[in-house]
Amino acid sequence: MNEVKKFLFVNRKAPYGTIYALESLEVVLITAAFDQDVSLAFLDDGVYQLKKGQQTKGIETKNFSPTYRALDGYDVEKLYVEKESLDARGLTEEDLLVDVTVLGSREMGALMDEQDVVLSF
Amino acid sequence: MASIEVSGKSYETDEEGYLINLADWNTDVANFIAQQESLNMTDNHWEVVNFLREYYEEYQIAPAVRVLTKAIGKKFGPDKGNSQYLYELFPYGPGKQACKIAGLPKPTGCI
Amino acid sequence: MLHIINKSPLGNNSLDACLRVAASGDILLIEDAVYAATKGNAMEGKVREAMSRLKIHILLPDLEARGLADRIIEGVAKVDYGGFVDLVAANKNCQSWL
Repeated sequence: MNEVKKFLFVNRKAPYGTIYALESLEVVLITAAFDQDVSLAFLDDGVYQLKKGQQTKGIETKNFSPTYRALDGYDVEKLYVEKESLDARGLTEEDLLVDVTVLGSREMGALMDEQDVVLSF
Repeated sequence: MASIEVSGKSYETDEEGYLINLADWNTDVANFIAQQESLNMTDNHWEVVNFLREYYEEYQIAPAVRVLTKAIGKKFGPDKGNSQYLYELFPYGPGKQACKIAGLPKPTGCI
Repeated sequence: MLHIINKSPLGNNSLDACLRVAASGDILLIEDAVYAATKGNAMEGKVREAMSRLKIHILLPDLEARGLADRIIEGVAKVDYGGFVDLVAANKNCQSWL
């Protein structure tokens, strides 16, 4: 593999209610091994994946939210969150457990446009 | 379901010998698994195993070898943060072998 | 780029989210998303408004199956399965709004 491609993982589902969020995170970690240009986008209920303070003991499910903080070590440093999705859920950047870049809707659209591969979860 | 017997107690493992329950882990179990892997645990081995357990505690995943190597280098210096050093300690791969001894699942993102 | 939507706009926000984000390109409505392209549905206004900047297509067999082929909003392009493939091939990339 000699050509680096731009991969965008689009996350639009809340964690725990469905398996999408966890599956996406696992695919991201695997993709990181291939030295590609990986970005993550969080919009709609996907922004809930990054909410601080998740406590899953009571639902007997693994809390995978700390793993988002490991992404930096995997050289996955580009995390984008859509502002309108945060606003619609009463969240701000301070509610999130990792550093992100907040984008407006159309900036998010432009980010998608420039990718070689978009993977949806 | 496979299992191992350590000091009269039985611990569940998968077919490859990884502990099923993270909480089952203790140093006796670690030493037993190391022995099965024909490894003699030195302080340097323990340093990596303990680092892996701390990493898992913090991030809830076992790191890929590349990530582990980098993180070890950051914490213990470049003499230890390189694959030659780590493969000398764990000939079958620091990810696979050290994680097994640390009672962790196989690394995520390991190819 | 091509945006593909397969959920009814009345039970799911995928079309809404897509219209919010996409400034240009193609949208293909398939499966339950074809309801969005029918006259009189609550999303009609938004769909018509989006048609000034986005090209909207529907997979005709899915609209026919739902008994609404006669109610398609004017200007929405009908495609068959071959047309679906052509759209994918013609675009650089594709986002499926699950």
